[in-house]
Amino acid sequence: MRFDHKHLLGIEPLRPDEITTILDLADQYVDQNRRTQKHSDALAGLTQINMFFENSTRTQASFEIAGKRLAADVMNMAMQASSIKKGETLIDTAMTLNAMHPDLLVVRHPHSGAVDLLAQKVNCAVLNAGDGRHEHPTQALLDALTIRRAKGRLHRLNIAICGDIAHSRVARSNLILLGKMENRVRLIGPPTLVPGNFAEFGAEIYEDMEEGLKDVDVVMMLRLQKERMDGGFIPSEREYYHRYGLDAAKLAHAKNDAIVMHPGPMNRGVEIDGEIADDINRSVIQEQVEMGVAVRMAVMDLLARNLRESRVPKVKEA
Amino acid sequence: MSTLFTNARLIDPANDSDALGWVRVADGAIAEVGYEAAPKADDVVDCGGKCLAPGIVDIGVKVCEPGERHKESYKSAGAAAAAGGVTTMVTRPDTLPAIDTPEVLEFVERRANEAAPVNVLPMAALTKGREGREMTEIGFLLDAGAVAFTDCDHVVTDPKVFSRALSYARSCGALVIAHPQEPGLSKGAAATAGKFAALRGLPAVSPMAERMGLDRDMALVEMTGAKYHADQITAARALPALERAKKNGLDVTAGTSIHHLTLNELDVADYRTFFKIKPPLRAEDDRLALIDAVKSGLIDTISSMHTPQDEESKRLPFEEAASGAVGLETLLPAAMRLYHNGDLTLPELFRAMALNPAKRLGLNSGRLHVGAPADLVLFDADAPFVLDRFKLKSKSKNTPFDGARLQGKVLATYVAGAAVYRRD
Repeated sequence: MRFDHKHLLGIEPLRPDEITTILDLADQYVDQNRRTQKHSDALAGLTQINMFFENSTRTQASFEIAGKRLAADVMNMAMQASSIKKGETLIDTAMTLNAMHPDLLVVRHPHSGAVDLLAQKVNCAVLNAGDGRHEHPTQALLDALTIRRAKGRLHRLNIAICGDIAHSRVARSNLILLGKMENRVRLIGPPTLVPGNFAEFGAEIYEDMEEGLKDVDVVMMLRLQKERMDGGFIPSEREYYHRYGLDAAKLAHAKNDAIVMHPGPMNRGVEIDGEIADDINRSVIQEQVEMGVAVRMAVMDLLARNLRESRVPKVKEA
Repeated sequence: MSTLFTNARLIDPANDSDALGWVRVADGAIAEVGYEAAPKADDVVDCGGKCLAPGIVDIGVKVCEPGERHKESYKSAGAAAAAGGVTTMVTRPDTLPAIDTPEVLEFVERRANEAAPVNVLPMAALTKGREGREMTEIGFLLDAGAVAFTDCDHVVTDPKVFSRALSYARSCGALVIAHPQEPGLSKGAAATAGKFAALRGLPAVSPMAERMGLDRDMALVEMTGAKYHADQITAARALPALERAKKNGLDVTAGTSIHHLTLNELDVADYRTFFKIKPPLRAEDDRLALIDAVKSGLIDTISSMHTPQDEESKRLPFEEAASGAVGLETLLPAAMRLYHNGDLTLPELFRAMALNPAKRLGLNSGRLHVGAPADLVLFDADAPFVLDRFKLKSKSKNTPFDGARLQGKVLATYVAGAAVYRRD
């Protein structure tokens, strides 16, 4: 079992065997999380700071619970409300925090590449909790774990990612991860939300949803941001729902046992029919949330091991 | 039930032919076409050697419903179309309010079906309120029957908005019709830039504004792969850009108006507001270049750009007067000017007035082919007359051809084999 990374900045730097390592460890944490006694001490003595430069409820809560279950000292900083408003640059903020000796920094930022920049300036492990429209690696990992548990494998599956691909870091991370694990990925959406150059990454692009869903094993729906609903990228909510909302008629084109995923929060009646979201035979949306905690525990555990190892003073051999 | 049109000078643009023959019509469609001896039939229409051509498909007709029924209704426009040999009106969405939702479109279709004897195919706005900010529900509007999407003379100035609308339209398979123009240059203009506008002291726009608009649109079409039709190309200087785009394989077609083919800037004379149209009448060199472009096929379609205006909106100083001219009833006789001058043959004219617009909209009409709908116009290409605008069937009488000596009278118009107009 090897995992040679100081940070988790994206899926792109990971090898397939490293992804498997994370998922295998996460499986163990799923069991731990289902017990009454959920604690272990992988992060005991370490300080975890969650820095969210962009609003988040579920991801932040998931990282916080993950850290607490592994006995870290967890602190949340809502960065929109703090020094950023006072004009401090990202690097200054990072240096200030660095001086407090954190061990794990969980960062979400509205701009692509901002988390990488921060990681270059601090001495601790950095986890990307979403940077702009670039990557959201723990989301892709939790999706992968959910698929692997539901389908029994994470290779040679047909997986459709539907909706606002252009603005989605979830889509990018998933596309990369699923590709590395040798699945066929289809991207479905209007051309205003699915740029054609994604085809260069090996994805197949469909503008017709029913055609795109034909015989897929997994349907991943993406959230459509409110500000993109009117006129700019799509004509209206109702036309979007008509053409790209997941309902029973469209889902009927997928395989009979296809699962439905959504990173949340959902817009019922915009990208997904409420009945499908609640269908316990199809929807794994609640499982995704559960896997989220386990995957984050696994990643932080692995990063903490590397962190501790790097801090052991090297003894020169005679 | 079948009807035989015998002894007809058949104008078939699809075969570039102009020859005596016959057409048998059954069940609303063309059942047989022949150039030999005609078969026997019960119901025979002897065309007396006059021209029988596919009915005109006129892209860009303004019917002022909803909003300004006093200028033109579906009833009056339908009657004018029938009298003009126009069997399909492709109507504009620049009404009040704009036709930009499926609900308004359905209202319009219901009115058209009740009141107009000819085919009415509605276009819908490309952006909400034709304001150039948010695209309309192109998918729903297509399902509701919109045949093309256009903001008419409003240019979508924001290239981001326009490119997204083009992409989205492309994904729905929708045709976008745009008005190539740089509005920053043409704003406030009443005439085309040149000696005449200078002499008359009129605010003028350079024909270059049209080329700039077309250049921009061609770049965006290349970027998005959209299906695009320029509503009116009126300037010689825009033609090379169009030619280049077509050579590069873009899905682009272009139209022009009958007024730009038959009139020029000098016709405005002493500030005659019935000659104020948009884009403005151009120089004679432009007019001649446009005729060549229609002949070569570079310009695909000829429209009437029928734009009714009431007397009040035209009886104003030239700069303040409304733009536009009615044209449904004068399109064919004006086109005959081009025929009699030897500029264009009858098949060439009907290629641009019937075949190409039908093809662009995916219609089976516009040709004398077996199976095509029996939308036909029977006309006398030579009969002379002086146009009296008060005899027009349009509610609005704003024609630039008032008092003009014209040749070419429509004798009868048939839609799906049934006569919708017969000259008394």
